[in-house]
Amino acid sequence: MTSSTPQPSTPLLSADALHKTYGPTPALDGADFTIRSGEVVAVMGPSGSGKSTLLHCLAGIVRPDAGKVLYRGEELSAMSDAARSALRRGDFGFVFQFGQLVPELTCVENVALPLRLNGAKRKEAERLATEWLHRLEVDDLGHKRPGEVSGGQGQRVAVARALVGGPRVIFADEPTGALDSLNGERVMRLLTDAARDTGAAVVLVTHEARVAAYSDREIVVRDGKSRDMERVA
Amino acid sequence: MSIGHTLLGLLESGPRHGYDLKRAFDERFGHDRPLHYGQVYSTMARLLKNGLVEVEGIEPGSGPERKRYAITDAGLTDVETWLAQPEKPEPYLQTTLYTKVVLALLTGRSAIDLLDTQRAEHLRLMRELTRRKSSGDLADQLICDHALFHLEADLRWLELTAARLDQLATEVRK
Repeated sequence: MTSSTPQPSTPLLSADALHKTYGPTPALDGADFTIRSGEVVAVMGPSGSGKSTLLHCLAGIVRPDAGKVLYRGEELSAMSDAARSALRRGDFGFVFQFGQLVPELTCVENVALPLRLNGAKRKEAERLATEWLHRLEVDDLGHKRPGEVSGGQGQRVAVARALVGGPRVIFADEPTGALDSLNGERVMRLLTDAARDTGAAVVLVTHEARVAAYSDREIVVRDGKSRDMERVA
Repeated sequence: MSIGHTLLGLLESGPRHGYDLKRAFDERFGHDRPLHYGQVYSTMARLLKNGLVEVEGIEPGSGPERKRYAITDAGLTDVETWLAQPEKPEPYLQTTLYTKVVLALLTGRSAIDLLDTQRAEHLRLMRELTRRKSSGDLADQLICDHALFHLEADLRWLELTAARLDQLATEVRK
């Protein structure tokens, strides 16, 4: 992670006129996006509108056909694959719909994994992982494997894993999509509280308005085009 | 909400003065819209006239006399009937929004702007309720949840209408 911190008014991450086509289908058709440090921005839109493709471009997982993504003033597509991988391990955290925890590892090992991949010693990584499990109210699950915990508990473990490395941006793609209302709310409350406490920005892809209500503002994606709802109202 | 039935229901636990009734109502149901004293006294006068409450006692005070109201058997039956009856699901908001969307299309104004402006307003209120919910007690949470689910339903309608605007424009311009 780099040391200088951008000014709050400066976008931490932005995208300009992104285009991405899969075969004959345009997934993004001129989408824009900005997020500042500490902000929670919801990306909403119907299924197939391009919101997940937008998230993947912003996170440097997918390279856009045209347009650019700037992270702390640096263009992602101009970076080497190794540099983008390092960014995803250090500066970014991820939460997906189904947790995607490693089934062979215990919950504490899963949470410690990003730190271990960045070279942390096992003992220190697991100490920090245990702290985050405590914060996400699942400290009793540390020694269980993902197959032994419920969907809601697993998702809280996934949130702990996303936060343990102190990321500047958390990408959450339908983080409550597989949960019932109560568990979904608990995950959203814990995720947004923790992100606000640590100053991390959250890009939250969701089609659920009650989930988007945990954000500070929202972007709507329709047919690959984005609309910043702050400029509408 | 039927204020009369709610006040009757509050009287079931025992006789109260108008002021106590207002306080009990505001505490439980009047977070956003506390009752005016005038509303309480006019409602109690109506309930009295209809035989649903009776005056159990009058206490003189420094100001006007304080009537202590008690629920009657007829009042109890009335509350019971009201509670047993389902409320009519009223799609009032959609009717207004639908009218606005059609008018926008008919007059060549931007219907998508109208829908998105409404959408932003709905989400603004949903954020406010979500914040209130996270700092409130269980009663607050349940009241906010009810409003949130309704607003969410409206938002789904707004999104669906946005997706069907071209089709609707063709229909209304026929």
